[in-house]
Amino acid sequence: MAQDRKPVRWHVGVFLAPAVIVYTAIMIVPLFATLDLSLYEVRDKVAAFVGLGNFAKLFGDPNWSGQFWNALWNNTWFFVVNMAVQNPIGIGLAALLSSNRLRFAAAYRTAIFVPTILSFVIVGFVWKLILSPLWGIAPDLLKSVGLRHWFAPWLGDPHTALTTIALISVWQFIGIPMMLIYAALLSIPEEVIEAAEMDGITGMSQFWRIKLPLILPSIGIISILTFVGNFNAFDLIYVAQGALAGPDFSTDILGTFLYRTFFGFQLQLGDPNMGATIATVMFAIILVGVCVYLFGIQRRLRRYQF
Amino acid sequence: MSKRARTSHGRALAAHAILLIYTVIALFPVFVIVINSMKSRREIFRHPLSLPGPGSFDLVGFQTVLQQGNFPLYFWNSLVVTVVSLAFILLFGAMAAFALSEYRFRGNTLMGLYLALGIMIPIRLGTVAILKLMVAAGLTNTLFALILVYTAQGIPLAVFILSEFMKTVSDDLKNAGRIDGLSEYRIFFTLVLPLVRPAMATVAVFSMIPIWNDLWFPLILAPAESVKTVTLGAQMFLGQFVTNWNAVLASLTLAIVPVLVLYLVFSRQLIRGITSGAVK
Repeated sequence: MAQDRKPVRWHVGVFLAPAVIVYTAIMIVPLFATLDLSLYEVRDKVAAFVGLGNFAKLFGDPNWSGQFWNALWNNTWFFVVNMAVQNPIGIGLAALLSSNRLRFAAAYRTAIFVPTILSFVIVGFVWKLILSPLWGIAPDLLKSVGLRHWFAPWLGDPHTALTTIALISVWQFIGIPMMLIYAALLSIPEEVIEAAEMDGITGMSQFWRIKLPLILPSIGIISILTFVGNFNAFDLIYVAQGALAGPDFSTDILGTFLYRTFFGFQLQLGDPNMGATIATVMFAIILVGVCVYLFGIQRRLRRYQF
Repeated sequence: MSKRARTSHGRALAAHAILLIYTVIALFPVFVIVINSMKSRREIFRHPLSLPGPGSFDLVGFQTVLQQGNFPLYFWNSLVVTVVSLAFILLFGAMAAFALSEYRFRGNTLMGLYLALGIMIPIRLGTVAILKLMVAAGLTNTLFALILVYTAQGIPLAVFILSEFMKTVSDDLKNAGRIDGLSEYRIFFTLVLPLVRPAMATVAVFSMIPIWNDLWFPLILAPAESVKTVTLGAQMFLGQFVTNWNAVLASLTLAIVPVLVLYLVFSRQLIRGITSGAVK
């Protein structure tokens, strides 16, 4: 660039402006405004600054803390189930799909991705109907394999409802890890695989010793996607179990708790400031997760890339 | 040698068996809903797994849905929101991506990072203030409020993917345009945009699914009957008709089929988008 004294390049601004304005006005400003709202409380219709008082209330006040810790714990379990079931199965399916000269691979891939495109409303209701003791599809199916006595109204029992919902979520989103890992497996250079075969490393041991270390960056990505998605979840539980996240709040996670707090439900009045407080806690959790991923995991994985 | 061939044969067979079982698990729930939506109430309960036949075929569920629900309106609302948001996301996203990938200016990297922030941080967390903003602007219960939110939500990923692709557009082409006296705007619209069309299609498919399926923002920003999207409309309808199994199954089928058809049309684009490493 020889000419340093260029005229002002208005077009750069024109190109950037629409995206930056919409993004800033609708996303960034409200995000920070929400963080700010969490520091206030409305007394006699006037907003009063309470510092971290709302957080103290959320973590310690018996009216709030019970529900909060319950939602946080449930959310954590929801994430653990998703992480432990969805991602290994997704990786396994991707490994099978990418194996050499497998016929109908495209058909399998398309079919397994179908649940991911369905809306939560459909997914929640479909499973509610299938698992309903009234209809009897699930009991009949279990009966046909001689396990009728296994059946229980899983979504209605506080001990099993959360895990059942988490498994429904796994069913819905398994397509995402499958696709991303599949893409990563396809991008492994042919020479690497050939070199492994020359050394007699094939089949399962090839997967564990050659391919898996190479796709670790993608596993990192699906993990952080699962994390952000799970700690931001709401729809599936709202659809299948209602805003009260029944039975007896056993499926309540941070998203449903935020919704109830913000809007109020039945006898409870809506409270925007406490809603903002919960949103801020969710923001902090997601931020910590993203930072751990960016600085702790992704950086260390980089040396495996070609 | 023959032993080896046999084990690889067996391995392929095992792979097919596992994939086939999982395909059944993925599709079975959808299949059950669709076949039962076309059966009489008695048959739904007596033989839930049998196909609709001469004795059991009944479209009473669909009749109820079409009489009681406002589904054509909901579909129209969803369509408007999705299409207009996508147009904004693609246009604004491509413009910003072009600015970031084409010009060197102070704060370029910082601007890129600023826009990328939204890929990881969900816009939902700002809901409390977004609702305040929309109330203040008088936009609650309008489709425009949803369009604004989805545009803001979609821009980060669009900028990220499109600027990667725009870096690959040859400089010679753009410089030839400049020598011919084309303005920067003409270069963008007539030279660069047509070349990144495949990437635009990928972004469109990726952005479309969450917009069409979203329940949170319609529920909070636009719950009125006249602006309900199909996702919210179906949710409300299902809540009211929860004991009318024919109607529930029929409305679920009506909600599944358009998405499924769209998916089958675009699935190659979607899968190519993911596997070409557009999302990394």
